[in-house]
Amino acid sequence: MNRDRVNRILARIPTHLIVIGTILIWVIPTLGLLITSFRPVQDVNTSGWWTVVAPQNVSGPYVQYCASCHGADGKAIPEADLSDPNLIARYPRSLQLMAILRQDINGKPHMGDVPLPTSQEAADIAAYLRNYSSGQAGTARFTTSNYVDALVGYRGRASYFQDCREGTQALDLKCNASDLLNPRGMGRAFLNSLLVTIPATVLPILFAAFAGYAFAWLHFKGRFLLFAILVGLQVVPLQMTLVPISRIYAQLGLNGTFLGVWLFHTGFGLPYAIYLMRNFLGSLPSDLFEAAYLDGASHWTAFRRLVIPLAMPAIASLGIFQFLWVWNDLLVALVFLGGTTPVMTYQISNMVTSLGAGWHLLTAAAFLSMLLPMVVFFSLQRYFVRGMMAGAVKG
Amino acid sequence: MASQDIPKVMKQPRLGRKTDERKTASQNVPKIMRQGNLAPWLYLLPALLVMSFFIVYPMINTVALSFSNKDGTVSAATTCIAGNPCWGVFENYRYALTSEFDFSSPVSFWNTFWKSSFGNNIKWMFLMTAGTVGIGLAFAVLADRVKYEPLAKAVIFMPMAVSFVGAGIIWKFVYDYGTRQVQIGLLNSIITAFGGDPVAWLSTPGLNTLMLIVVGIWIWTGFCMTILSASLKSVPDEILEAARVDGASEWTVFWRIMVPIITPTILVVITTMVINVLKLFDIVYVMTGGNFGTNVIANRMYTEMYKNFNAGRGTAVAVILVLAIIPFIYYNIKRFLAQEAMR
Repeated sequence: MNRDRVNRILARIPTHLIVIGTILIWVIPTLGLLITSFRPVQDVNTSGWWTVVAPQNVSGPYVQYCASCHGADGKAIPEADLSDPNLIARYPRSLQLMAILRQDINGKPHMGDVPLPTSQEAADIAAYLRNYSSGQAGTARFTTSNYVDALVGYRGRASYFQDCREGTQALDLKCNASDLLNPRGMGRAFLNSLLVTIPATVLPILFAAFAGYAFAWLHFKGRFLLFAILVGLQVVPLQMTLVPISRIYAQLGLNGTFLGVWLFHTGFGLPYAIYLMRNFLGSLPSDLFEAAYLDGASHWTAFRRLVIPLAMPAIASLGIFQFLWVWNDLLVALVFLGGTTPVMTYQISNMVTSLGAGWHLLTAAAFLSMLLPMVVFFSLQRYFVRGMMAGAVKG
Repeated sequence: MASQDIPKVMKQPRLGRKTDERKTASQNVPKIMRQGNLAPWLYLLPALLVMSFFIVYPMINTVALSFSNKDGTVSAATTCIAGNPCWGVFENYRYALTSEFDFSSPVSFWNTFWKSSFGNNIKWMFLMTAGTVGIGLAFAVLADRVKYEPLAKAVIFMPMAVSFVGAGIIWKFVYDYGTRQVQIGLLNSIITAFGGDPVAWLSTPGLNTLMLIVVGIWIWTGFCMTILSASLKSVPDEILEAARVDGASEWTVFWRIMVPIITPTILVVITTMVINVLKLFDIVYVMTGGNFGTNVIANRMYTEMYKNFNAGRGTAVAVILVLAIIPFIYYNIKRFLAQEAMR
């Protein structure tokens, strides 16, 4: 009996290993992004994010060139105690360090027979000694300044707060709360994303509720044919319509306006939204409607008082789906909004392609853009999955 | 909300089983509900207006534009250069279809083909569809047997909530190609830790497209897994138990019972994935910009239209994309008609 149980548990180990392994592969890249976004820029560029979890106690080049004489803790030669911050402060960069390494000490070359380190290795040693002597080596350092820099669109070499303290900030920064709306920053982009997404989610749902009701419960000629065409429209690629629409927008002056993007997303969200609404409303029992009409209700009353309250589950899943779709969209934002009113996806792709921003800013910006979708997704996952299952295709 | 609140039609249709016994809308509308001829169109009006303006009209216009020159003023035939090959009004299509290839010899054609947007789209289509459906199905089966299934599925599904741009950054960081001393990219640091040389994952032609496909698989596996998992759970337990009692191994149960029963769902997932892959743009745009032989059709269309400002060539590429998708539009409508017939 007991042996059976042990066997059963053993037989399940491969399953657990595969499942947990897959989970890790899925989580680790995102984890790397999250951790990197909280690390100071010097650390991001000199060591991998995983060293936060398992800090390197001894730096590689230090071991190679210095540890044999100075010892692993740097205290082996009392007159040159590398753990003394005052001594290390005299060699802050690789140049000064190389100078002392080239000098003779007590009549013999500093390095003995060992060849001099390359300048990159010397820089690594200098950085290591700086951290080590100040007691920071081996401890992970975290900062939120990447997020501040990303939010205000800071592009300098230090950090936003430091520049503001020293009064050396760029011309477009004012060092007050209005910097959050700096057009180059993620703060402004967040606002723009919200302004794009909310109407572009509400409009198609509203129109789809009307049309879905008509397709499900109203009688008109060509109902089935029209709906079949709609099903086909669901898979029409967005790319097919970009050129003509941007030409019309140019004539109407809608390029770069919110209205243009709202309407475009509405147009492309509708086929799927109507499909889902019609299927949902069509599954309601017809007795319900017959009873309402027998009581003298008009279509409009039935729609307002009966259909909308009953359709709430479908509206919820549709809402999440459309919200994530619009929020995460890059192509439409790129074509119709571009740099005049940048949304988050645009701002990030711009940081990658033309500005060559550092990883510390990119990771913070990327995480900022994921924040809201993640919250929406994890709190309303059930509705999202349901909406996806119902349609399984989206244009 | 309890599971019985899920509307019946929103579940995947099961084999040969009527989803709903009650009278529903696909039958005739009850007489009492027929109120006037105008009312239905009033309800449809906003949606039809927006859709015809944003989908139907532009589609027709795009086809027209694809036969004209750069700014859509005269026929594409006028852009031909004497002495060069020319397809008349189909000149933009000649450019779209042939400009990426080197026809001087079969070998050079073969090599340039697999670095062109068309070759890459074919790679994407097969590898990403196989990867997402394969991993999704395997994970759905295995996760079904562990107690932490909801958590496991939520984790795999999570990338669906993240934008392609965000996913692009996440993976660009994983693939980072650092200096000789410091590797801050996870993949290269693992390789160098084992004594290997770091690899420029995103700028080595041939390898880079595969690396981008991995990102696509990472994003879309959750989608396939969720749908396949729901479908697997609808396979009656009695059938599986009966097979196990008869001595079938788990492997046999999977291939001979589960897979045949959920084949319709697998087909739906595959077609959906193929359509998604053909339209794919963001991953390539963010991670490589289509350089180093990673271009895809959708990115090429964007480059022609908004970087080279050649509307004719851009729209020709778009039309080719639609032609590739038409079989799936047809399949989608057919599936819809079959579903309607079942109700």
